[in-house]
Amino acid sequence: MFKIKIEYNIRNYVSMEKTKTNINRRAFLKASALVGGGLLIHFSALAKFEIAATSVNAVNPVQWNELTGYIKITADNIVKILCPNPEFGQNVMTSLPMIVAEELDVNWKKVIVEMGAHDNVKLGPQFTGGSNSMRMYWKPLREAGAAARRMLMEAAAQTWGVPVEEISTKAGMIIHEKSGKTGKYGDFASKASSIPVPKNVKLKDVKNFTVVRNSQKNVEGTKIISGMPLFGLDYRMEGMLIAMIQHPPAFGMTLKSFDGTEALKMPGIKNVFKLKLYEDGFEQGGFDTRTFNDLLVIVGKTTWEVMNARKKLIVEWMPAGDTKDTMGGRGGKKEVIVPGELENTTNQHQKMRQYASQPAQELRKDGDPETAFKNAAQIIERTYNAPFLAHNCMEPMNFFAHVTADKALLVGPLQAPGWTEPTLEKVLKLTPEQIEIQMTRMGGGFGRRAYGHYLVEAALISKKANAPIKLIYTREDDTTYGIYRPMYTATYRAALDANKNLIAFHVKGGGIPEHAIHANRFPAGAVDNYLAEGWQIPSNITIGAFRAPRSNFNAAAEQSFLDELAEAMDKDPIDLRLALLKRAKENPVGKNNEYDADRYAAVLKLVKEKSGWNGPEHNKFSRGVAAYFCHNSYAAHVVDMTTKDGQPYVERVFSAIDCGIVINPDAATNMVQGAVVDGIGNALYGGLTHKNGVVEENNFHKYRIIRMHEAPKKVEVHFVQNDIDPTGLGEPPFPPVFGAVANALYKSTGQRFYQQPFSSPQQVIPAV
Amino acid sequence: MITLNINQKTYTVDANPDTPLLWVLRDMIGLVGTKYGCGVAQCGACVVHLNGEAVRSCVTKASRAEGKKVVTIEGLSPTHTHPLQTAWLDLDVSQCGYCQAGQIMSAAVLLNENKKPTDQDIDNAMAGNICRCGTYLRIREAIHLASELQEKQALGK
Repeated sequence: MFKIKIEYNIRNYVSMEKTKTNINRRAFLKASALVGGGLLIHFSALAKFEIAATSVNAVNPVQWNELTGYIKITADNIVKILCPNPEFGQNVMTSLPMIVAEELDVNWKKVIVEMGAHDNVKLGPQFTGGSNSMRMYWKPLREAGAAARRMLMEAAAQTWGVPVEEISTKAGMIIHEKSGKTGKYGDFASKASSIPVPKNVKLKDVKNFTVVRNSQKNVEGTKIISGMPLFGLDYRMEGMLIAMIQHPPAFGMTLKSFDGTEALKMPGIKNVFKLKLYEDGFEQGGFDTRTFNDLLVIVGKTTWEVMNARKKLIVEWMPAGDTKDTMGGRGGKKEVIVPGELENTTNQHQKMRQYASQPAQELRKDGDPETAFKNAAQIIERTYNAPFLAHNCMEPMNFFAHVTADKALLVGPLQAPGWTEPTLEKVLKLTPEQIEIQMTRMGGGFGRRAYGHYLVEAALISKKANAPIKLIYTREDDTTYGIYRPMYTATYRAALDANKNLIAFHVKGGGIPEHAIHANRFPAGAVDNYLAEGWQIPSNITIGAFRAPRSNFNAAAEQSFLDELAEAMDKDPIDLRLALLKRAKENPVGKNNEYDADRYAAVLKLVKEKSGWNGPEHNKFSRGVAAYFCHNSYAAHVVDMTTKDGQPYVERVFSAIDCGIVINPDAATNMVQGAVVDGIGNALYGGLTHKNGVVEENNFHKYRIIRMHEAPKKVEVHFVQNDIDPTGLGEPPFPPVFGAVANALYKSTGQRFYQQPFSSPQQVIPAV
Repeated sequence: MITLNINQKTYTVDANPDTPLLWVLRDMIGLVGTKYGCGVAQCGACVVHLNGEAVRSCVTKASRAEGKKVVTIEGLSPTHTHPLQTAWLDLDVSQCGYCQAGQIMSAAVLLNENKKPTDQDIDNAMAGNICRCGTYLRIREAIHLASELQEKQALGK
C-alpha cells in the first residue's frame, strides 16, 4: 500500500591556550583597543573607506549619536552605517549600506560600515537567505536614510531659526542658501538624535541616484586581501578552549557508549562528555534541523591537540532504529517518525523508481491532461535524477560561545540569528536580553548556515565546560554531517498532436525526503492541459536549503526537457519558450501563475541578442540555452561548450538577468559570474552518495568542486534595465545553469544527459 | 619549543614539532589570515611561502619551517600593496573572501617564477586552490593585471 499520508521529518524551507609569545599578547591587546574594549576582540566588523585604520581606532571612543537604527554620526562628522544582514559573500555589507547612504545624502567614500549585532527590533529580520535581503530592506533602508536626513535638517532649521523647507543637503553638508549658512551633519547630530523619527518622508527619485546603481567596491576588500580577522574561525578570546564533536559515523546510527580515558591523557585535553542537543519533546522549528541529537564532545586547548586526541576516543555506536522528532512551526505541533534505515545510494535509486510508479499527490491540474495524453499523436517522456549535494562552505561550521548562569555571548557565522535565538532561549533557559549574538563574515553559506544547530551545540558545550569555547567542525565533519540538498527525481511528459503542437504537459517529481516541484511555475499557465504531482520518501538524512532550493533541480530537469521538446516540435528552443510565454501572457491557463511572462521573455530575448543566437558565432560552439524564474528574479544563460583535454568544457557564457534595479552593478556581475561557475561545477561534478548510512565523499579529494582550469574564460553578464524595486540575485542565476549545461552537452556529444552529475558514467537514457 | 621566522619576525612557540604550521600560525601566534579549509592539502586555503615556495601549511609540520623564512598573507606586503593585492581590490575579486588569501599566496609564487603567465599557466598553477563562490574568472584577470603592475613597477625602478 502506498503511504502518502505518512508524517516524517520534513523540514520546510520557509520560502534559512594561551601562547608563550609576547607578540601575540600585544596583538591581542591592540585589537581589543581597536573596537573599544569589551568582548568583541579579534572580530572587528569596522570597515573603512579612505580612512586609515588608525583613524578608525581614534573614532571609536567618541560619542555616536544614533539617528535611526542603522545610522550613527559623531560630532566630528563621521558617519557609520550598520548592515543589518549577515554577509556571506553576496556583498550586503556594501550594498545595503549603499541604500542608506543614498537617501541620507552622504559621501559614500567616507562612510564606515559595521555589521549590526543581532537585534531584530532595531534592525529588522536580519535574515540572509532566499535572495531576500534586497527585497526586505530596500524600502526600510531608504526610509531610514531619508528620515535621518530629515532629522538633521530639522535640527539645523531649529538651530538657525529658519523653516526646514528652506534647508537642503549635499554630501553630508546642510545648507541654508538664503542666509548662506552651512554646516556638517556632525554639527547637528546630537540635536537630531533627540528629534522623533519622522514618518512618511519623501524618498529620492530613482533617476537621481548617485550611490546606488553605481559600482562601489567591497567595504571589506582590504581586510580580505590582507588576511585580517574577519571570519568566525578567526575569532578568539582570552582563555578560549576548542571543542569538537564526534558524531555517529553514519546516518541511522547513535551513540551507545564511550571511553574518553585515553583521549584525556593527551596533551591539552580538558574534557570529554556526552551532550544531548534537544531534550525529548523539544518542538523544532523549521530551522532547528540538526544531524544528530546525542553527541560526544571533546574539549581542549588548541585545535590540533583536540584533532589528535579525538582519534583516541573509544566509542561504540549502535543503530538508532526509528526515532521520533517533535516538529513545531507552521501547521502546529506534530510527532514525526525518522526512519532508522542505514541508506545506500543504490537502494535510494530503487526506492525512487518504485515511488515514481505509484500514485502521487496532485499539486496542480489544468484542463484534462488524461484525455489529452490519450489522444496524443506523440508522447515524449523523460526522467531526470540528481544526487544529494553538500554545501561545502569553504569555512567549515564553527561558533564561539561563552555561556554563564545569566549571559550568553555567541559570535560566529550565521545566516539567520533571529531564528536561532528563540531556540537558544529555550535550550539555555535565558531571556532574549541575556543572549547576545554577533555575526562574523561567513566563509560561504549557500543556505547551510540558516540552520543554527552548531551555534546551539556551541552554547551547550560552553555551559557544560564552564568556559568560553569555540566549536569547530573539521572539513570531514562539515561534509559528512551536513544538511544537504535533497536527492531528486522528476519525470516529464509532453503530449503533441499530429501537427506537433504541445497539447499537454505533465510533471511528476519526487525526492528523498522532499520533492522539488513548483507547480505554479512555467510552463504552468502556458499549456491548456497541465498536471503537476509530487511524492516524497522518508529518510534520516538531514536536508535543507541549498542555493535556490528545489529550483536548482527543477531548472535542470525542466529546461533540459524543454530543449528536447523543442527538437521534437522542430522549433528553436528560445522560440518555443517565447511562444509559450506569449500564450501565458495573452491567455493564461489557470490561476496563481507565479511568474511575469513579459519579464521572463525579456531575459530570453536579451540573451538571444547578446549571445548572437543563430548568428555567425552560433556554430562555433556547442550551445545550450536555459532560463528560469525563482526568488523573484529572472535569469537566462547561453552556454558555449568546447572540448578541452578530451572533456566537455564550458568556455563562454552569456547571462541575462532581471532583478529590478541593480544596486551595485559590478558586484552584481561578480555574483552572477560566481553562480554560473557554481552551476557548471555542481552540474558536472557535484554529488554525495551513501553506503550503509555513511557519506562516501568526506573531503575535497572525493567530493569534486569545480577548479580554475574548469571555469569558463568569460561570463558576460547583461542586466535588464528597469526601475522595478530590486529583488535578489544570490540564487536566481544559479538554477538555469544546470539546464543550459545539459543542453550544450547534448550538442557537444549527441547524447542527452539525465543523471546528475553529468560527469557520472551512469547516464540513464529512458525509452520514449 | 620551536623557533620560527614568520614575516621577518622571530617567534618562539611551545608547540609539538609535528603540529602543522597552519595551527601554529592560527592558534599559537594569532596570524589567522592563513585559513583552514580541508586539512588534507586539497583546497589551498592554507597556502604560505616557505623560502619562497608555496606550501600547504595544513600538512606542513612546524619543524619543517624551522630555519626557513615563512611568509603569510599578513606579511606578503607590509602595506598590503603587493601587485596582486592591488589587482584583487581593483577588480573587486572577493565574494565570501575565505579562500582569497590562499589564492593570492599561490599566485604570488606563480608571478615570481613566471612574470607573464598565460591563461594556461594560471590554470595550471591555480588548480590547487578552490573558490567555492566561483570567482575564478576574476582571479585569472587579477593575476594578469598584477603581472602588468609588476612589470610597471620593475620599469619604474
